[in-house]
Amino acid sequence: MTEPLLSVEDLSIAFPSEAGPVRVVDGISFSVGREVVALVGESGSGKSMTGRAIMGLLPRRAEVRAKRLAFDGHELTTLAPSSWNRLRGSGLGLILQDPKYSLNPAHKVGRQVEEALLLHTKLSAAERRERALDMLDKVGLPDPQRVYTSYPAALSGGMGQRVMIAAMLINRPKLLIADEPTSALDRGLQDQILTLLRSLTEELGMGLLLISHDLQQVSRYADRVMVMRHGKIEEQMASADLANARSDYTRALWAARPSAATYGTRLPVYGGEA
Amino acid sequence: MSAIVQAPSGGPSFLRRMLRSPSAATGGAVVLFILALALLAPLIAPYDPNLQETANRLMPPDAAHWFGTDGFGRDILSRIIYGARPTLLLVLVVVLLMAPLGILVGILSGFFGGITERVLMRITDIVMSFPRLLLAFAFVAIMGPGLINGALALALTSWPAYARQARVETAALRRSDYLAAAEMVGIRGVRLLWGHILPLVLPSAIIRLALDLSGIILAAAGLGFLGLGVRPPTAEWGSMVSEGTQVIFDQWWVAAVPGVAILITSFAFNLLADGLRDILDPRHD
Amino acid sequence: MPQTATTDNADMTNSRQRNSWRELSFVWPLSKWLWSFALTLFGLALVTFAMTRLSPIDPALQLVGDHASQSTYEQARLELGLDQPLPVQFFRYVETALSGNFGQSISTGQPVAKDIARTFPATIELATAAIILGAGVGLALGITAAMRQGTWVDGFARFVSLFGYSVPIFWLGLLMLLLFYARLHWAPGPGRADVVFQYTVKSVTGFALVDTWISGKAGAFRDALAHLALPAIVLAFHALAAISRLTRAAILTELGQEYVTTARAKGASLRRIVFVHILPNVSGTLLTVIALSYASLLEGAVLTETVFAWPGIGRYLTTAMFAGDMPAILGATLVVGASFVLLNALTDLGVARLESGRKR
Repeated sequence: MTEPLLSVEDLSIAFPSEAGPVRVVDGISFSVGREVVALVGESGSGKSMTGRAIMGLLPRRAEVRAKRLAFDGHELTTLAPSSWNRLRGSGLGLILQDPKYSLNPAHKVGRQVEEALLLHTKLSAAERRERALDMLDKVGLPDPQRVYTSYPAALSGGMGQRVMIAAMLINRPKLLIADEPTSALDRGLQDQILTLLRSLTEELGMGLLLISHDLQQVSRYADRVMVMRHGKIEEQMASADLANARSDYTRALWAARPSAATYGTRLPVYGGEA
Repeated sequence: MSAIVQAPSGGPSFLRRMLRSPSAATGGAVVLFILALALLAPLIAPYDPNLQETANRLMPPDAAHWFGTDGFGRDILSRIIYGARPTLLLVLVVVLLMAPLGILVGILSGFFGGITERVLMRITDIVMSFPRLLLAFAFVAIMGPGLINGALALALTSWPAYARQARVETAALRRSDYLAAAEMVGIRGVRLLWGHILPLVLPSAIIRLALDLSGIILAAAGLGFLGLGVRPPTAEWGSMVSEGTQVIFDQWWVAAVPGVAILITSFAFNLLADGLRDILDPRHD
Repeated sequence: MPQTATTDNADMTNSRQRNSWRELSFVWPLSKWLWSFALTLFGLALVTFAMTRLSPIDPALQLVGDHASQSTYEQARLELGLDQPLPVQFFRYVETALSGNFGQSISTGQPVAKDIARTFPATIELATAAIILGAGVGLALGITAAMRQGTWVDGFARFVSLFGYSVPIFWLGLLMLLLFYARLHWAPGPGRADVVFQYTVKSVTGFALVDTWISGKAGAFRDALAHLALPAIVLAFHALAAISRLTRAAILTELGQEYVTTARAKGASLRRIVFVHILPNVSGTLLTVIALSYASLLEGAVLTETVFAWPGIGRYLTTAMFAGDMPAILGATLVVGASFVLLNALTDLGVARLESGRKR
């Protein structure tokens, strides 16, 4: 594996509260290269926060500290707001969970897909349009022309998420963070979207950080898996090695996956604290 | 996220939280102060508000008369203090008329639904579309000036908002398990409405009241300014401003000071409303 | 929102079908709106009528005076239809009002309708100037406060808003006159125009700015503008408060939405997010509050016109109130009230159209 795109060393995120600062992420370290890495955890494990921190999209009151948070040669902890705006949409991309909310209902789809090009390149309107249509086709939409001129309200969930992917990948980012990209979709669509993400990642030679709560699902698409719990990384390993996980927690998560074999039996429950 | 969401509760903890909001605390303090002025007027005011000393007409503020005297030689400070009375009295009457009526209409519509709801809500919508201030003016002009008429006019044009809000909340409660549980135990009818629905509808009504009150004070002052309020020579802030209009360019304090009183009172209610809203509904802002 | 298990293509065809129904689908809401509007006007007429009949003032007595003979009084009663049963009286009342006849003003001796036609344009001019000011400053203030949340700008905007909500307009007008007219001599005095221009400019539309512009007399136009300035500023205050507060709140709410996160993830600046992304989404809300503020300005004009001796319908109304001129009070209340109701109803209609246009 070549030099990692993203290097995270000892990242901590805390929020001030009446009872003192609450640590949602507690000293985690990992790296992401040109590969698909899954970040898996329950709600409250801190996985989404990690993703936002890498994008610089945490609320102002969040306290982010890290020994090192480097992306593509930039040290993110000391980045100025204007530099962030240059980096986001060109080097970094983010896909959110539900396109019903993450797309702007007042703008046409085409405009939203092109936006990253408008902000970061000097392409003409015609060129942007061409690239947008090309991208819409690439993400598997059957009628790019019509989708281009529609409003998001006319799209189904699956179509909307494809549009999101198109919008975020159109400017060829080096690293894409997908925050629960399929949680709002039907089961069948989930696999389609994940397959799409995987193939595009490979095609564009970028890195993908896949954040999810579904260990079984993402392990099929990821090269490596990181399990997060209570703000810490329990363990990380190649997804092929999941069955031999060392941590009790990971083993429990892995063992609890429903399948034809476990049908009709009681799934094991992790007996730890919440 | 391990953030804890705190639900508002009554009692001493509520008071403490209220004090933590600077708006609510300041607003509340000023309101209490004005209330005290009104109640203790005979004890606080240096002079009889209706005592005319024509020799001392239109005197600027000095040691003897902190806010000067008006066109009839009456002490303005005393008139300001006494002027709190009709204002607060009108506010009280309006509140007592407007809120119960609106809440009742709202609860009945939300609870019974069907034709009751449609008819009541239609009436509510119609009255809501009326120009409040204008009708209040016309009402008082036609029916005759006075505190009761003014209060009646304002109350009759302002209740719809409370009805609407109460209806929405009642309708939501109607389908709730909370209510179903109460009914299963055997609580029905008026007891159900009074004991189970009303307490839950009240908090937002109170917030709305605080907001409305500042507007009602302004409306009342407007009525007084137009001579449609309490009859002279009773001290009332709006009519005091009107009296000062003739001499505004030279003895400006006669009109300016009562206006400041109106401003401060209205402002205080607005602050209080803002603060209450922050406490009881942190989603705002 | 719930996800339907349809395939992507089927979904697109459905929305195309729905688009063709859209032409017909607004006929029904339009007629509902008309019915609602008519009903409200009816209610307004009913309320005003009820007030006149409940009033201690006897309209017949008012017409003939205290010293009239009994027979004259009886005649007046007959003429006014006061012997008829109440529903009939109400019917006649509505009938005459709809035909534009509001009776004769007791103080001016003119038909009330004529008085209203003379004075209403002045109020509209004042209210329009005030809403332009109020909306312009209010929007700017609200947007700035939202973009600079937590800074002194935000605090200042909140203070101005609170102030605008709490200030008695008539008092503010008086103080402004004191300061800018009597002391600083920056603004002209009360009234709509200088005596010099009052009779030399022909009243074509009733709107001073338009008439003076047409007349070509630059001095007259400047004078009209100068006289309009102060009352418009005063009247604008309350509208400014409401608009700036709502704008700030609306923008702040939108800033918490996911599509804003998406835009930020693309590298959009705050400015772009507010103006390009958020404003189209809140335009409906903002237009609503502006329209509703305009309607309430018609009400607020009553007090402002009195202070500035502005010859609008508000001052006509207050003069009528002092004189106990019932026909005038009624006529003016009905006209302004109907305009108020109309504005509210149009706003509801506009918002409904705007929202339905965005959906599938």
